[in-house]
Amino acid sequence: MIGYLVRRLMISVPTLLIIITVAFFMMRVAPGGPFDQERALPPEIERNMLAAYNLDAPLVVQYWDYLKGVVQGDFGPSFKYQDFSVAELLLSGFPASLRVGGIAIALAVVIGITLGTIAALRQNSGIDYAVMATAMTGITIPNFVMAPLLTLVLGVYLGWLPVAGWGGGAPQFLILPVIALALPQIAYIARLTRGSMIENLNANFVRTARAKGLRERIVVVRHALKGALLPVVSYLGPATAQIMTGSVVIETIFGIPGIGRYFVQAALNRDYTLVMGTVIVYAVLIILLNLVVDLLYGLLDPKVKQR
Amino acid sequence: MSRTLPAAGSLARCRALGVAVLLGVALTSGVGASSAAAQNVLRVANSGEPDSLDPHQVSGNWEDRIVGDMFMGLTTEAADGTVIPGAAESWTISDDGLTYTFTLRDHTWSDGTPVTADDFVFGFRRILDPATAAEYAYLLYPIKNAEAINNGSQTDPEALGARAVDPKTLEITLEQPTSYFIELLTHYTSFPIPKHKVEELGDDWVKPGNIVGNGAYTVVEWVPNSQVRMAKNENFWDAENVAIDEVVYYPTEERNTGTKQFRAGEVDVQYDFASEQIDFLKENLPEATHISPGLAAYYYVFNTKEPPFDDVRVREALAMAVERDAITDKILRTGEIPAYNLVPPNTGTYGEPPQVEWADVPYQERVEQAKALLAEAGFGPDNPLKFTLRYNTSENHKKIAIAIAAMWKQLGVQAELFNTEVKVHYNDLQSHDFQVARAGWVADYNDPENFLTLLRTSTGPMNYGQYSNEEYDRLMAESDATTDEEARNELMRQAEALMLTELPLIPIYHYVDKNLVSPRVQGWVDNTKNKHWTRWLSLAE
Amino acid sequence: MSIAARRDILSAAAEVRGRSLWQDARRRLFRNKAAVVSMVVLAIIAGMAALAPWLSPHPYDAVYWERIAAPPDFANAHWFGTDGNGRDLFVRTLYGARVSLMVGILATAVSLLIGVTWGAIAGYFGGHLDNVMMRFVDVMYSLPFMFFVILLMVVFGRNIFLIFIAIGAVEWLTMARIVRGQTLSVKGKEFIEAARAAGVTNRKIIRRHIIPNVLGPVIVYVTLTVPHVILIESFLSFLGLGVQEPLTSWGVLIAEGAANMETSPWMLIYPAAFLAVTLFCFNFIGDGLRDALDPKDR
Repeated sequence: MIGYLVRRLMISVPTLLIIITVAFFMMRVAPGGPFDQERALPPEIERNMLAAYNLDAPLVVQYWDYLKGVVQGDFGPSFKYQDFSVAELLLSGFPASLRVGGIAIALAVVIGITLGTIAALRQNSGIDYAVMATAMTGITIPNFVMAPLLTLVLGVYLGWLPVAGWGGGAPQFLILPVIALALPQIAYIARLTRGSMIENLNANFVRTARAKGLRERIVVVRHALKGALLPVVSYLGPATAQIMTGSVVIETIFGIPGIGRYFVQAALNRDYTLVMGTVIVYAVLIILLNLVVDLLYGLLDPKVKQR
Repeated sequence: MSRTLPAAGSLARCRALGVAVLLGVALTSGVGASSAAAQNVLRVANSGEPDSLDPHQVSGNWEDRIVGDMFMGLTTEAADGTVIPGAAESWTISDDGLTYTFTLRDHTWSDGTPVTADDFVFGFRRILDPATAAEYAYLLYPIKNAEAINNGSQTDPEALGARAVDPKTLEITLEQPTSYFIELLTHYTSFPIPKHKVEELGDDWVKPGNIVGNGAYTVVEWVPNSQVRMAKNENFWDAENVAIDEVVYYPTEERNTGTKQFRAGEVDVQYDFASEQIDFLKENLPEATHISPGLAAYYYVFNTKEPPFDDVRVREALAMAVERDAITDKILRTGEIPAYNLVPPNTGTYGEPPQVEWADVPYQERVEQAKALLAEAGFGPDNPLKFTLRYNTSENHKKIAIAIAAMWKQLGVQAELFNTEVKVHYNDLQSHDFQVARAGWVADYNDPENFLTLLRTSTGPMNYGQYSNEEYDRLMAESDATTDEEARNELMRQAEALMLTELPLIPIYHYVDKNLVSPRVQGWVDNTKNKHWTRWLSLAE
Repeated sequence: MSIAARRDILSAAAEVRGRSLWQDARRRLFRNKAAVVSMVVLAIIAGMAALAPWLSPHPYDAVYWERIAAPPDFANAHWFGTDGNGRDLFVRTLYGARVSLMVGILATAVSLLIGVTWGAIAGYFGGHLDNVMMRFVDVMYSLPFMFFVILLMVVFGRNIFLIFIAIGAVEWLTMARIVRGQTLSVKGKEFIEAARAAGVTNRKIIRRHIIPNVLGPVIVYVTLTVPHVILIESFLSFLGLGVQEPLTSWGVLIAEGAANMETSPWMLIYPAAFLAVTLFCFNFIGDGLRDALDPKDR
């Protein structure tokens, strides 16, 4: 397994390189540039600005310069946020996204798996439908409806929680965004858990365990759940990466200074360096998390051999 | 592999672990600044996140609010928006209107260093330096040699028409008489820059903690996308009259959230609330809802070089068929002003602006006339006029486009709606790749010339529709050279009247500023420039 | 037993036709009440969407100046009220159904096809092929989605179908990972070994043995992809990258409704209700399918 781990880590470097290259050139093909806006710049000024950011050099030169910078930890300046470098923006924003996202996904995993298991154990009964219907609210009510609704009721009408803001990450500012972020994930996780739990509960090895007279709880958890978690874990790899890098809707509505908005805003602003920065952060997370998931497969289902 | 690894654990253990993780993460959060209403802290829902604190790198009115609280130009605005002496105590203007001599008042930067005329000269040179690549440098082109320096044809910075006669006296020489020059000096492009700080720290001078200004407040903290916190500058020359100790700007881009924060008492001011809230606000928070005319125009521009929009009959027909009252009263409902010309009312000393000749014709009659014009131009039921109407992404732009397309349908016109993001929209407009498109213009300075210059032939990419009329250019050039204010206004009115007979654009409405201001905020005066410097405000107990 | 009797028994046996896997599954699906009800409801909604122009006297893009943002008003046949531009909400909800259902189904179908094939092949063959295929998935995950869409608009213009296919082309990634995980688990089982020993080709093994056995989570994930895709479309339309006015979708209608939820709740409630009901239907149909196709649930 160590060999597998090492090999995967080694191949992540060329993977990252490919990602950076494709993303870099992909961005430049899009129409519009960082300095296009309502007021057209006089040509001289535009020339100056492009020169100031090295945007008038041949594309390949820019690419090479960028790569050299990244290797040394310099992700370049942001074109839009003039006072900050991309590294500073990411470093200041990522912890916020991580905190909200981390809590949300932890909550979603616990609640989702629990609900899914309960529903599977009482398949097709009233409890199954009730539990699943509750779980589904996360998807049937889109987050851009759920979030304003929550702020309206809990923030404005009842005044129990702040409507928006970050306050340095104090708990009362986290509650609403975490709920809004977690609800859809609960739905996904609960449904996936239920579906594969049902399959596993009828599997041979479970029947064997039951026949052996083991307590139902042990049967369920030790035997059925472990195997059933396979698709859940597959889903969680990329889902966690996505949640941890923030949701643009949640961050905008709740005023959270995370990096989620950069995934959309930076693209719309053609802030090339910031886009690249977010791409790299996301890529690293995806590669690592998918690796963790692949390793977990071996733990959850012993028949899966990683070569 | 052992099957007893805790990877799946027991359900109870999973639950416990989950809760522990939650608590752990939550409890390790910093205490940070809370947004509770402390005494004498003004909390503002600003409409966007600033790109920078450097006056030479900003361009939006939300940034202006922050930078304008931190710095003060030679002139500044009073609470009601009128221009008053700022860093300059007094000034004289030469008879030919080309030389302005300013006497600075005795005052210091927030770190105690005196503000001198050198700081202003330094500022002007810096913003016009091509290396700074400042977007708004062109506002200062009235200054002698400014344009030449900025586009690189003049390499000696000393050639700029701004010099420090002595530490207290600043002399500015202009290319030609510019009647709005004093007004222009309130703009952030003319702010002084602390020469000593820039020389000491280079680009880092703008970081919170380093940055110094000569205004009423200094930036204490900037958490990107969370808040900009400013504290009263004790070294401000008028500090004893500044009532508010701290002002916090939240970058609430999501305007409905900003309004909710206002309702929950989390902010005292919201700039630019969303228009769909107006019915609710008028009913529930009427005293807090401030609507006042602004200095901005909303219009649709034709690409006059592309048939059939090179035909004035087509343009006039489409312009006549727009029922502006329906748009302002039924769609927007926030008191916008129907526009029958480009320059907003109350701009500078413009007085009574010209209007299109059919402004008073009843709507149904206008529709009939429009149909006749289109028929003349060769369009009718068997040859319907078809084109693409472009707008950039925004709820209001969409609603207005839908409404106007429906109005045009009466003429048998089929307008296809095309919505793109801002960058693509303006990119295509500036490269003249469109047929009919929505555009807007917010005044940089309170003078009609700022609007009318959009239609000069020499304006280039920003003359989106490529309108070109020699007489118009001649009238505008003559007005540039005229020192007598009334004569100048008259020339500009003639130019606009001429333009309105050709209708290269369809004026639709003039903007209003929509702000929510808590009753506990005193000293707020609605004004057309929408400038409400915190130094004039105070909080009631 | 007489020869005649034996012949009777034998011929009777020949009469009984065997049931294939799919026929079996269909019978079981139709015995699932929730699934059947859902299929009917979905058919009704789809039917309403198709027949929209005939179900309402109002064209979907007609502006009624006197009735802007008006609540439901039966006298004027505005059963769901009007929107912020004075257009009838009922007929627009049905037109929105067309777009949303098409997006949902098209994009999900694309993601299903690509994802299942990719994941099954990667998981089954393992080794270097698996490595390369999965690293490709990692690369695709990391590319900036916004630019991808912007470029698509540049290349394909405003053709909605191509946009939907593009969304599907991004959604297949997680499907592939789920299928691969399941394949890794299934391929170690005895019946696969048996099939291989019997000399069945790899392609047949994947098609006949692997895929049917990984269908469970796949079907569940399909029912989760549909809403996800519908919401991505609304997000893109918001940014000016999706469906153009006067066409609309549920996502767009709901977003407009959410902005007005206090003053004009009908703008939110009706399209949101349609979306919710549709998603629940997909949910129950999905569960019904999963139950019907579950090889062990007999």
